[in-house]
Amino acid sequence: MTSTAAVLAQQGDLLVKPEVEWVAITPLLVLVGGSLLLLTLSALTTRRPRRGTYALFTVLTCAGAIIASVALWDRVQDPARGEFTALVGALTIDGFTVFFSVLIALSIALAALVADDYLRREDLEGPELYALMLLSGAGGIVMAMANDLIVVFLGLEILSIALYVMAGMHLRRVESQESAIKYFVLGAFSSAFLLYGIALVYGATGSTNLSEIAAFLSQNVLESEGLLLAGFALLLVGLGFKVAAVPFHVWTPDVYQGAPSPVTAFMASASKAAAFAALLRVFFSAFSNHASDWRPIIWVLAVLTMVVGAVLAVVQRDVKRMLAYSSINHAGFSLVAVHANTERGVAGALFYLLAYAFMVLGSFAVVTLVGRRGDAAHDVDDYRGLARERPVLALAFTVFLLSQAGVPLTAGFFAKFYVIGAAAEAESYALAVIAMVTAVISAFLYLRIIVTMYFAGDEAEGDAATGRHRVAIPFGAGVSLAAAVAFTLLIGILPGLVADFARDAVPVLLSAAP
Amino acid sequence: MLDAVWLIPALPLLGFAILVLGNRRIGEPWAGWLATLMIAGSFVAGAVTFAGLVERPEEERQHVYRVFTWVAAGGLDVDLGFLVDPLSMTMVLFVTGVGTLIHLYSIGYMHGDPGFHRFFAYLNLFAFSMLMLVLGDNLLVTFLGWEGVGACSYLLISFWFTSEANASAGKKAFVTNRIGDVGFMLAMFLSFVTLGTLSYVNGDGTGILENAAALSVAAATGIALLAFVGACGKSAQLPLFVWLPDAMAGPTPVSALIHAATMVTSGVYLLTRLSPVLLQAEDWVPTLIAVVGAATALFAATVAVAQRDIKKVLAYSTVSQLGYMFLAVGSGAYVAAVFHMITHAFFKALLFLGAGSVIHGLHEEQDMRRMGALKRFMPITAATFIVGWLAIAGVPPFAGFWSKDEILLYAYAKHPVLWAVGLVTALLTAFYMSRQVFMVFFGEPRWGGAVDGEHALHEDAPGESEAPSAEVAAAQAADHDGSAGAADHAGHGGVTPHESPWTMFVPLLVLAGLAVVGGGLNLPFEGTHFLADWLHPVVEATEAEIDVSDGTKVALAGVAVVAALLGIAAAALVYLRHRIDARRVEPDVLLQAWHYDQAISAFVGGPGRAGAEAAATADRTGIDGAVNGVATLVRNGGDRLRVVQTGLVRSYALSIAAGAVGLLAYFVVRTGI
Amino acid sequence: MDVDATWYLVLSALLFTIGGAGVLVRRNPLVMFMCVELMLNAVNISFVTFARMLNDTGGQVVVFFVLVVAAAEVVVGLGIIVAILRRQPGADADDISLLRG
Repeated sequence: MTSTAAVLAQQGDLLVKPEVEWVAITPLLVLVGGSLLLLTLSALTTRRPRRGTYALFTVLTCAGAIIASVALWDRVQDPARGEFTALVGALTIDGFTVFFSVLIALSIALAALVADDYLRREDLEGPELYALMLLSGAGGIVMAMANDLIVVFLGLEILSIALYVMAGMHLRRVESQESAIKYFVLGAFSSAFLLYGIALVYGATGSTNLSEIAAFLSQNVLESEGLLLAGFALLLVGLGFKVAAVPFHVWTPDVYQGAPSPVTAFMASASKAAAFAALLRVFFSAFSNHASDWRPIIWVLAVLTMVVGAVLAVVQRDVKRMLAYSSINHAGFSLVAVHANTERGVAGALFYLLAYAFMVLGSFAVVTLVGRRGDAAHDVDDYRGLARERPVLALAFTVFLLSQAGVPLTAGFFAKFYVIGAAAEAESYALAVIAMVTAVISAFLYLRIIVTMYFAGDEAEGDAATGRHRVAIPFGAGVSLAAAVAFTLLIGILPGLVADFARDAVPVLLSAAP
Repeated sequence: MLDAVWLIPALPLLGFAILVLGNRRIGEPWAGWLATLMIAGSFVAGAVTFAGLVERPEEERQHVYRVFTWVAAGGLDVDLGFLVDPLSMTMVLFVTGVGTLIHLYSIGYMHGDPGFHRFFAYLNLFAFSMLMLVLGDNLLVTFLGWEGVGACSYLLISFWFTSEANASAGKKAFVTNRIGDVGFMLAMFLSFVTLGTLSYVNGDGTGILENAAALSVAAATGIALLAFVGACGKSAQLPLFVWLPDAMAGPTPVSALIHAATMVTSGVYLLTRLSPVLLQAEDWVPTLIAVVGAATALFAATVAVAQRDIKKVLAYSTVSQLGYMFLAVGSGAYVAAVFHMITHAFFKALLFLGAGSVIHGLHEEQDMRRMGALKRFMPITAATFIVGWLAIAGVPPFAGFWSKDEILLYAYAKHPVLWAVGLVTALLTAFYMSRQVFMVFFGEPRWGGAVDGEHALHEDAPGESEAPSAEVAAAQAADHDGSAGAADHAGHGGVTPHESPWTMFVPLLVLAGLAVVGGGLNLPFEGTHFLADWLHPVVEATEAEIDVSDGTKVALAGVAVVAALLGIAAAALVYLRHRIDARRVEPDVLLQAWHYDQAISAFVGGPGRAGAEAAATADRTGIDGAVNGVATLVRNGGDRLRVVQTGLVRSYALSIAAGAVGLLAYFVVRTGI
Repeated sequence: MDVDATWYLVLSALLFTIGGAGVLVRRNPLVMFMCVELMLNAVNISFVTFARMLNDTGGQVVVFFVLVVAAAEVVVGLGIIVAILRRQPGADADDISLLRG
């Protein structure tokens, strides 16, 4: 048993301090630093800050992260300098990283604005949710920039552990705690699979670094692929859990429904995007020369995910749960793009994720407001007559739902358009047809909500009888909704802006040895 | 001059923007006038562009105006551009022309409605979308308009959204249309994959129309079939027609503009636009289109015979006439299809607006059994309606005769059976339209306060046993309450019908004039094929060549006229002279549209009927008919699937573990360990 | 005595399976959580074994990361479990099924 000691002794004199490219990880540092600063400052001050201070701080932190990302964008898009790896090849800084940094930071900002009034309404005020959201987002960015399977795992855990707590944040709602424990147990369970997958791939290829794995796989033909393929399978379990692919989706409806609504908004946008980032990074970049092995699986997962998501969404009565299932359907669409395994497919997936982030954030923002005090009024009937009571809110929700249905002039149309286009280009016609059919099924569901909103509720059972409070639209949520509507329509009318961004953000795989 | 084309869709869009931003500040009637002015301006811009096109020699009558590059992402470059050619300009002129008249009419019709400004905003948005549809220079822009008109249709059907039936009908329209849209989108992707472009004309011979001959037969068949599916959804052909009759829940000008004159014809436009692809497809594709068209025409005509709602008759009649247009397309008679589209727009808009005038005059009464003898009280409406009737019935020299005759001629050349079906349809059309005219404008007044639904029925059906008919009447009245929006029957008891204001009857007069002379666009005589000559560059290669002697042509026309007159005479016997019991020619099965909705529900619901019933009780807001059938299927599946979602953490973990085992097993099998 | 390294992998797989089965059959949330920890540590054995087979230190370094992550998970997990047990004393995993369908 001399091995470890000997190895360490051997390496002792070789141990050099790794060079850290601080510039490369500025978006990450801004988020983590902001989170720690927020916790420290709020612990030090005894006086209660003015309302909205925490949310404002969070939004400013996100703005900082976005600015830092944009600065990086200029660098990585500059042909003279280009993409680069940082931290001894553990991280890749490319357009893909920047794309997801911006997406996640935007999601945090919009979710924080919605959370502001929510926390006050539910007597949960405090800096914790914001700090956790920033940390969780930082984990998401780590996943997007990972160039090493272990970094993927670490990012995933940073993202998830914060999310477990956030899901259980609402102390007085038993559903919230239930969702936390379900999410936690299943999340830990699935990340064990992911970790085992990493171990197997490591065993098969001798490295956890994505560049080195790709280089190894392109230079060597494995005698027995069993270890590697088993690794693929288990990696897909772990990542499939995070993206909510059927049959690993089971947690999604329960957790989305139980978690505090602003947290659900964050989960559906940032967390899902980060999981897809990791999926694309690992499978599209590193394992693409084994595409014939994993594409059939993605095909099956995509079909199951789209169909189950759409069909189960239709039978729900709880709007939050409905949207949870519809988010599963959307994940299926993104998987269609992953399946294409082409640059157009990846660009389509990125476009989809960004467009989807806005519409889902907006949708859950509306759900947060309509949920009223107690975060419980989520039945379809609670939306009856919303158009009369709050026409602007109903209109905004209509825009989000139509966008989710994929109606032209909204972001959702082009999202679906690019994805199906990529599928058609990859000659997966069956997949394209199935995707369209599930889009029709889910259109039914969105319409059901819209129609319910535009029914003037029966006067007799109106506000007075049920003692229902009029839905309030606080300032922060209003800003968040306005931004989401604006982006949803802007992307729908001028998709070129985002399409170019997405095309330039297709991940690159840098050669292994620097 | 051709570059003024961008003004054509821009003006209605501007109108929409102003109306939305102005909201309630632009009240009645200014909102209406603004909207009318915008669409009229659009018509003028269209006329200017048209004139510019006429000036050019025939072979240069094709111009692409690019606004900007809309989508540019890796090989898929799509411009927002307009294609100016004889076909698109023909469409533009009749869309904006009829549109202007209907806008004008709506000012009077919507008088006093709290949503006045909103209504006109939607109308302008619709006009914009429709113009994008016909002017788009590529499939994506056309699709944008295609979806846009669908959304506007949805908004306008549900306009009085306080009524549950309206909202439900809007939903039905939207969902059925989306089924068709799937076809369109897939056609779009297929054409992109096979031809590498979405543009109709690229100028360098790579556009879809220029390059259609390069398509493989299989690909062309695929695109044509998918486009046909899309067209069926939008143009209400079998089996996707279910939404159109329900769409009559919307305000009457909407029915006239969207569900008769313009939007529903866009399927015909699409197929005409893509005619080079149709030519390249397998031979059975046009035949299929013709058969579906003929079947729809006949089916809808039989249903129209027994309808009692004045608008439902016209709705089924529209479905039937659209079937004619598809018959024409399938027979290769593209000119005749467009010709009939135009004349139909004239006379059907006229009939709808006339019906609206009647409904308006009778204070929201729509049941024809509570009308009668209105020609004394509403002379202008009656006179113009009668013109529309003669036009649609195919009586020469009114417009409908010429276009219908042309279609029947080509159908005869395609296959005599198609012609026979068309002829029977023509007879039925004459019959049900005459029935409507006699019930509404002639006979005894049945709209007095003393006469309720039951009495009206007795007048119609003397000697019929009372119990069942009373039941039917009650059911009908209930049905009517649901669909009309204004359910107050007692309110108009003592009111005398009155003629409508000038904004309403002027459009009627203009349309009546057009319905009389519209046939002049394309007369079957030497040197009078104006429309055919005009459209010649577009359909040059695709129009069917027919070989029918002049004698046969005259004979066919003669037979058609006789059929029309027979239909009118039969209707006169039944409804004017009461020689034959009306109940015998209006079987309940026709009133219920051959139980089409129910049949589909029952068929799809199948074994899971009990579950469907439970689901239906749980969700009364669900939509009925065919859509409900599909919904039932989905619901049943969903209900079964959700059992898996037990709420137990351990069963969830099992699902994940099972998934993992499944994936591992797949790889084991794959590598053959 | 030299043991073939493959046996370590087999042991790892076995422990992983036992842990996984434990999550499926046990009802006490705490025990379920312990089973997850068992799965993670089973993977650690694999990492160390592969590192040894490949003569590469990377796999051993990974183990430290995993241990840290597992520790963090314990903190949060126990917090959540305590919170829910305080609310519903004696609850097992099957009692927590309010959200379903």
